Amino acid sequence: MAAAPAGAGYDAIIIGAGHNGLVCAATLARGGRSVLVLEAGAAVGGCAVTREFAPGFRVSAAAHLLHQMPAALIAELGLAAQGLEYAATALPTTALDAGGEALEIGDLAALGRRSAADARAWPEFDARLRRFARLLHGLLAAPPPRLGTEAWSDKLALATLGLRLRLLGRREMRELLRIIGMNAYDLVSDEFESGLLRGALGFDAVLGTNFGPRAPGTVLTMLYRLAAESAAGPQALAQPKGGMGALTQALARAATAAGATIRTSAPVARIQVAADRAAGVVLESGEEIAGRAVISNADAKTTFLRLLGTEHLDTGFVRRVDHFRSRGVAAKLHLALDRLPTFADTTARALGGRLLVAPSADYVERAWNHSKYLEWSARPALEITLPTVNDPGLAPAGRHVLSAIVQYAPYAPEGGWAAQRQPFTDAVLGVLEAHAPGLRASVLATELLTPADLEREFRMSGGHWHHGELAFDQFYMVRPVPGAAQHATPLAGLYLCGASCHPGGGVMGLAGRNAARRVLAEVAR
Amino acid sequence: MTATRPPLPHFRKPLLETPFHERARELQQNDHFVAWAGYSTVDVFTSVEQEYFAVRNATTLYDLTPMVKYRVAGPDAERYLNRLVTRDVRKLKVGRVSYVVWCNDSGHIIDDGTIFRLGARDFRVCTAERQLDWFSDSAIGFDVTVEEVTADIAALAVQGPTSCYVLKRFGLAGLERLKPFELGEFAVAGRPLMASRTGFTGDLGYELWMRPEHAPAVWDELMAAGRTRGIRPIGSQALNMARIEAGFLLPNVDFVSAEHTVRVDRDRTPLELGLGWLVDFDKPHFNGRRALLAQREQGVKRLLVGLDVAGNKPAHNALLYAEEAGRREVGSVTSAMWSPTCKRNIALALVDAPYHATGTTVWADIYLNRELVWERRMAAARVVERPFFAPERRRATPPADR
Repeated sequence: MAAAPAGAGYDAIIIGAGHNGLVCAATLARGGRSVLVLEAGAAVGGCAVTREFAPGFRVSAAAHLLHQMPAALIAELGLAAQGLEYAATALPTTALDAGGEALEIGDLAALGRRSAADARAWPEFDARLRRFARLLHGLLAAPPPRLGTEAWSDKLALATLGLRLRLLGRREMRELLRIIGMNAYDLVSDEFESGLLRGALGFDAVLGTNFGPRAPGTVLTMLYRLAAESAAGPQALAQPKGGMGALTQALARAATAAGATIRTSAPVARIQVAADRAAGVVLESGEEIAGRAVISNADAKTTFLRLLGTEHLDTGFVRRVDHFRSRGVAAKLHLALDRLPTFADTTARALGGRLLVAPSADYVERAWNHSKYLEWSARPALEITLPTVNDPGLAPAGRHVLSAIVQYAPYAPEGGWAAQRQPFTDAVLGVLEAHAPGLRASVLATELLTPADLEREFRMSGGHWHHGELAFDQFYMVRPVPGAAQHATPLAGLYLCGASCHPGGGVMGLAGRNAARRVLAEVAR
Repeated sequence: MTATRPPLPHFRKPLLETPFHERARELQQNDHFVAWAGYSTVDVFTSVEQEYFAVRNATTLYDLTPMVKYRVAGPDAERYLNRLVTRDVRKLKVGRVSYVVWCNDSGHIIDDGTIFRLGARDFRVCTAERQLDWFSDSAIGFDVTVEEVTADIAALAVQGPTSCYVLKRFGLAGLERLKPFELGEFAVAGRPLMASRTGFTGDLGYELWMRPEHAPAVWDELMAAGRTRGIRPIGSQALNMARIEAGFLLPNVDFVSAEHTVRVDRDRTPLELGLGWLVDFDKPHFNGRRALLAQREQGVKRLLVGLDVAGNKPAHNALLYAEEAGRREVGSVTSAMWSPTCKRNIALALVDAPYHATGTTVWADIYLNRELVWERRMAAARVVERPFFAPERRRATPPADR
């Protein structure tokens, strides 16, 4: 059990009870530190919450599938014992065609009917990417090393990375280095001829990022997604029973059971500094709480520019934080439906999984073009789930919920979201109707969360799901910025544990766990 | 077809002219102009020696207009500057001037300059090089505006032992009450004018700040007022001699801005330049503080010091050695001259630890070109305190009335 806070306050104060904050809290509390988690919202979970969007209809507010949190971490924190159950696991991904056809990704027979060449190419492509993903997962699991230091840990980490790369064998290493800086569009076009497969792979490469599949570096984001999934284990693409909120509820119970204290509706106004060290926080209510370490689950911009204040930081560092690209382009659409929609040519199994509207890589690229010019996509790409298929308890009996990630919706469209919300919603509904005739007539309630809404509701700068773009220049050793890429920050006693850190966003929990390990090493009991 | 823009004529005359340019052109005799911060300025009017001796014995005019000037204003102006520079700006009272340096995150100097406190929330910052990029990025998170006002203000340095007398004759009544690093507002013939007791000569002297349209008249009246006191305009070369005697550093001569260095280990911290007295570790956080604190704890590996070199041959660019045989290299000279006033062969040099301790003798490897025949001379050089020349008159208030 954790020690009770002494007169000097808590060992660690964590700002934000998102999944990373809670993983960090649980890990620290298990390490014997006294921990206080402060959540601005009324409930824990941050983005990973299940909430009612229409009377009787509940949905995961942001990410709607669990596919990146490592199975080992879930086991380490004992989340099953804390009530985490799955409504479904190993969900399929099905690409929808404008012509009403569907293709389950990985179904070789179905792929062969569209293209014999693609069916021949798929197994090798898939195996190779998974091999690369396993290598990259080693990168995701630990904090990145620092360059140019004399520390053995840094040298060892760099040497291990080099060794892992070399162990791929000459041919595979060369192939990885050939493709890793490429764009997803070129890669999938080189390998496959089926537009539907190209579209699905291209879309998965850019899901949640401000890129089209033709943007350089999108093979990296494709591999990043696969790397996280490979660590999540065979259950990957799982749907927690009760939505993503069930995961963070279990995390909160795990943290509390280990001795952490969690306070909700306790927004932090600023981080306090004494003698050039983080000394605690001041809540918006004016309450002051002392802590020996302050760990921020908020994004880098919020943490440094707003909560800490630039006067405690050097100009060069502030400049880097200010330049951290964090404009989100993924919106979320929630529909309350009076019946299960019929997507043409889909099986019952497919309806319980992911449905992608990305009929070709060009379709996704065109959708992105709009957002470059601050317009919403006239024909957006969608990742659709129908969570009530596997978990009927999320809606009244017989009713259903549709939850879709919609790209691309710029953070600040020309004309403003007040005027653009309805036309954009109509455009998305139009795309849905084309794939599921009659869906529009079954809509009982609609909720659209634009990046601006996500920023407001979940306090993420720019409403970006990853707290900041995932790209080579904001990745690994330079994420979020040099000087804060190993969880510690220029201010002693202040740490980052959120998605701004390596390995980034997605409901993964590794940033929180890695931050906790660093604090455990640096902040004595 | 895009809309046509009128052609920009700037390339026909790449260097700007200051409001004093016409006066300077009339008085200079060598056609020796140099570019300074985008302006054409006089390097030598008549002869360097004549101009140098006027600095130490009479009154001189030096056109300061190209010096880059910024207005920093707003509710957070003081907090902003206090985070920007290494000195405690909270201690700078309205009507006072402070010499400052500012550093990057690693504690390396970007530039030096002066801060004039014109009001509680209103400052002027004078810099050697343009800083808008750094100053603007430093303003993130502060309620402050930073604007360049270089071309809006004409500036003239009036320096020398008779300068106070000349300026009073010119019309600055009460100027003698101005203490070093103090500024005052005046008006002469209806022309508003700010005077500050500041300068780069280490002598008695003032700097005048005025509207550009008043500049030629002020010049003319000053020349008339100073005729009996040997007033003359000077160029940058004479000023450079005076500043070495005063021990002042010149950017890109004695150090290179951290924004410009490309080689490893060429950046300099204030502690290495002997400017530790400008770094206030007791004030709130400032740029580079954490790095400088670490350097203070570890000690500096090199230090910029004054040298008193044997003989009378200036040790220009000399490498320094630990022993006369010239085996162990321990530093190099950044500025050197024969000081006519001190009658000493002086230099500023970066010297490695532990050789930078005052009183240590190092050896300067001096190369002499004697009618195209190069000779090499090892001269003993003793590390001495700066400045080399610090006359009482530079601080005396009121100054001598003559």
